[in-house]
Formats: sequence, structure tokens, C-alpha cells
Amino acid sequence: MKKSVSNIYIILIFLFLYLPILVFIFFSFNEANSRSVFTGFSLQWYQELFEKKDIMRALGNSLLVAAISSVAATVIGVIGATAIVNMKKRARAAVMNITYLPIINPEIVTGIALMLLFTFIAGLFHLELGMWSVTIAHITFSTPYVVLNVLPKLRQADASLFHAAQDLGCTPMQSFFKVILPEIMPGIMSGMLMAFTLSFDDFIISHFTSGSTFQTLPIAIYAMTKRKVKPYLNALFALIFVVVLVLLVLMNLKSIREAKTKERNL
Amino acid sequence: MLKLSRRFLLPYGIWMILFTVVPLGMVAYFAFFDQGQFTTAGITRIFSFMPNLLLSFKLALIATVVSLLLAYPFAYILSRKPERSRITYMMLMMLPMWMSFLLKTYAWMTLLEDTGIINNLLSALHLPTFHMINTEGAVILGMIYDFLPFMIMPLYTVMIKIDRSVIEAAQDLGANSAHILFRVVMPLSLPGIVSGVTMVFVPAVSTFYISQKLGGGKITLIGDIIESQFKQVYNFNFGSAMSLTLMILIFIVMGIMNHFDNEAIEGTLV
Repeated sequence: MKKSVSNIYIILIFLFLYLPILVFIFFSFNEANSRSVFTGFSLQWYQELFEKKDIMRALGNSLLVAAISSVAATVIGVIGATAIVNMKKRARAAVMNITYLPIINPEIVTGIALMLLFTFIAGLFHLELGMWSVTIAHITFSTPYVVLNVLPKLRQADASLFHAAQDLGCTPMQSFFKVILPEIMPGIMSGMLMAFTLSFDDFIISHFTSGSTFQTLPIAIYAMTKRKVKPYLNALFALIFVVVLVLLVLMNLKSIREAKTKERNL
Repeated sequence: MLKLSRRFLLPYGIWMILFTVVPLGMVAYFAFFDQGQFTTAGITRIFSFMPNLLLSFKLALIATVVSLLLAYPFAYILSRKPERSRITYMMLMMLPMWMSFLLKTYAWMTLLEDTGIINNLLSALHLPTFHMINTEGAVILGMIYDFLPFMIMPLYTVMIKIDRSVIEAAQDLGANSAHILFRVVMPLSLPGIVSGVTMVFVPAVSTFYISQKLGGGKITLIGDIIESQFKQVYNFNFGSAMSLTLMILIFIVMGIMNHFDNEAIEGTLV
């Protein structure tokens, strides 16, 4: 009895989370140009989506910014984390407070704060806000997540191995790259992945730092939803849904397999 | 501990000071200066927007409380499931989290509109239709929908760490299920509650897209005011004053929250 109640509750919450998504995706197959009256099946909105040059360009921009900013954030974050782990308690607390600042601060405040700085810089050098400012902004809000992913791995890393490598003739640099780096690799990878998805998904901070001409995918979506939109937006949503689903399954395959073997061994 | 040069801090340190500390300093500067002139015009103007401030906090608070009430049992039930089904459930949970919140909010708009999907369905069944869009309820619903996963995740993370034997021990010592919930599970999950509440409250209180789409311009929140000052009116003085106020209010709320958290940790240890 109790078990069935809790199962029904789980199902209800998942229905709440998924029904709007599935209904919205359903209307991407609508024949009519309507988001609420379904007349018949058609794939025309998918075709129209791929013919939309501005959406495709925005998608390309998003991927480019996410790639550059996640790599840069990873480099800066990993180097920073190796220094933070060695710091004295009080200095570390100060650095960590700054690290948490962009995470805790509302995104809109981070966005307008960076916009003020970029507008100032742009005024100095006669530039316009654009890809450069969005990329710097994305590096800024994603680097702390890299640091937070790498720090615990660095703490677990065995320092005696690092010293042993040096006793055996490695320079500190060599022993870092040969001993420590492989050990903290899982943290680096999850930090970089997080940086990439945060960047790709970001709307609020990009909205304030992009200026008037440069568009990432969320900015293009925002601009489109200001007017009445044809169902190609539903088609875009459906495609994002499939991509995210595939990525999630791929990322979890390993842990599902591990759980399976564990159960079998029990 | 590894000994690496302290110079390694430089790139990260310089980057964070230049792009986090300096911009926030500029917000504080612009809040009190307009074209280089000291002014309190921005700060005093905030008082005429008191109703919007209060409304933002009210809607965000309701959304946070409802999210907590919905997410708590959900996270608890999931955390007691066997490991393999837990991974599947977590994947199902993260999928909507990774979808663009712009499109999720927009999807709700197509559902709630006066001639939207829900009302069309109702009238097809010859039932009375409802006016749902552009109400406070619609905005709260949007907040709950967009941010619920951010409540579930931290709750779930602390709950899977709660040892089953602790609960069994409480049962052996005669605790009923209410006792177990309020005296054992709740105190142990408090860090999850605190981070879940902040992860929902902060984006909810500062949102502008949800109120634009589901409030239809009738409901103006702090986020809407800040957004319009920076993207349409270009009044950086008032916009910065408003942002500074929002930031300080949020830090006060979080300070209170963390206070609870520390007490709970001490409480469980005693």
C-alpha cells in the first residue's frame, strides 16, 4: 500500500516535468501553423528550421563560444586549483569566497556587472560588444565550477607519489604532468563538461554581454519568442531533447553497467 | 601536500579579480554616480518600486516553499530505490534540467494561453475555460517548473548519503515514521535543504523571462526593472542601484539560511 502511494507520487512529479515538454514536442509535427490546434501530421517545420540561416548561425556561435570558453576555463581553473590546494587557511578562504561569488550571485547581477565593464573597455578601444565579451563572460562564470570539480581530486591525490617522482629525477613540472594530472583527470573532465554545458545553455549573462549584433542560440530563441513564432521553435526543442537524451544515456552507460554487475554479484 | 609554485594562482587570481570583483565594484560605483557626478537619485528611486520588490520576494518565496514541499518526498523516495533504477530516475530528472529554460517557459505559455492547449481541450470537452496566463499563479507555476530540479538534486545528494542503519537504529529504539522524518532524516538533510532553497530562490527572485512570458507585462518583478534599465532605457545609475539592492537582499537571506545550516550541523553532533 505505502509503496504504491510513493510510486504514484514519483509518477505524478515526472508527469509534471514531462507533460509540457512532450505536448510542446507533439506540436512540432503539426501541419497547421499553430501551437495549440493540431490538424495533421507534417515534418515541414523541421525543414523550415534547417532553412533558418540565423538559427543555424546562432547554433554555430553557441558551439564555438562553448568550446573556447570551456577549454580556457579548464586551463585557468586547473592551474588555479593546484595553487589553492597549497594555500594557508586564511588566504584559501579569501580565494574561495571570490570563487563562490559568481555561483551565488544572481545571474542578472553578474550579467549587468560584466556589461558595465565591457561597455567601459569597448569605449576605450572603440570596440563593440560581441563574441569577445560573451566568451570572456562565459570563462568567468564557468571557471569556478572547474575549480570546484578539480579541488577534491587534488586533495585526494597522493602527495608521496609526487615526491617519489621527484626523488626519481623528475622536475616538479614533469612530476605534475606525469603523476598528478592523470590522477585528477576525472575532475578535469567533469569540470570541462560542466563548463561546456553551462556556456551552451546560458541566456541571462549572454543577454547582457552580447551587444546588439552577436547571437548565441539562447539569444536567438529569446529574440524569436518576442513575437508570435511558427512551430519550427517546437521542432528545435524536439531536436535539443533528442540530443540531450542521447548525451545523458551515453554518460550514464558506464554507471548503469557497473550497477548491473554489482547487482549480479550480490 | 603537493608543493607547486605560488605563481600558479596568478592567472586564476587576476582573471577573477578583473572579471568578478572589478565589475561588482563598478555596479557599486554606478549605483551612486551618474556621468561622474555623485547622486542618490538611483537609490531613492528604489522606494517608488517597493511594491515590485515585495512582489518579487513574495512570488519567489511561494515558489521556493512549494518546490521544497514537492521535492522533499520525491528525493526521499528516490534515494531509497535500488541503485540501478536510481540511475535511470536521475537521468529522467536531469533531462528537463538540461533543456533551455526559455523554451520550457515558452511551452507553458502555449499551454496556459486563453486560446492555448489546456483551454482548447476544455472547450472541446464542453467544459468552462479558465483565464490562467498573465496571473501571479502562472508566474509562480513557471518558477516551480523551471527550478524544481535544482531543489531535487541537492536534496537527493544528501539523502543517498543517509545510512540505512541510522534509520533502522531509530526504529529499533522505538521511533515511529514521523519521529524518523523529523528527528533523523530532516536534520541530516538540512544542508541539502539550504542549498536547494538558495538554488531555487535566487534565480526565481531575479527572473525576468518568466514574468515576461507568463506575466505578460502585467507582473513587473525586480529582474524586469533591471533588465529594462540596461537593455532599453540605458539608465545605468538606477539599474545599478536596483542590482546592488537585489544583491544585498539576497546575501542577507542567504546569511540567515546558512545560520540555520550551521546550527543544524552542531545540533546533530551534540
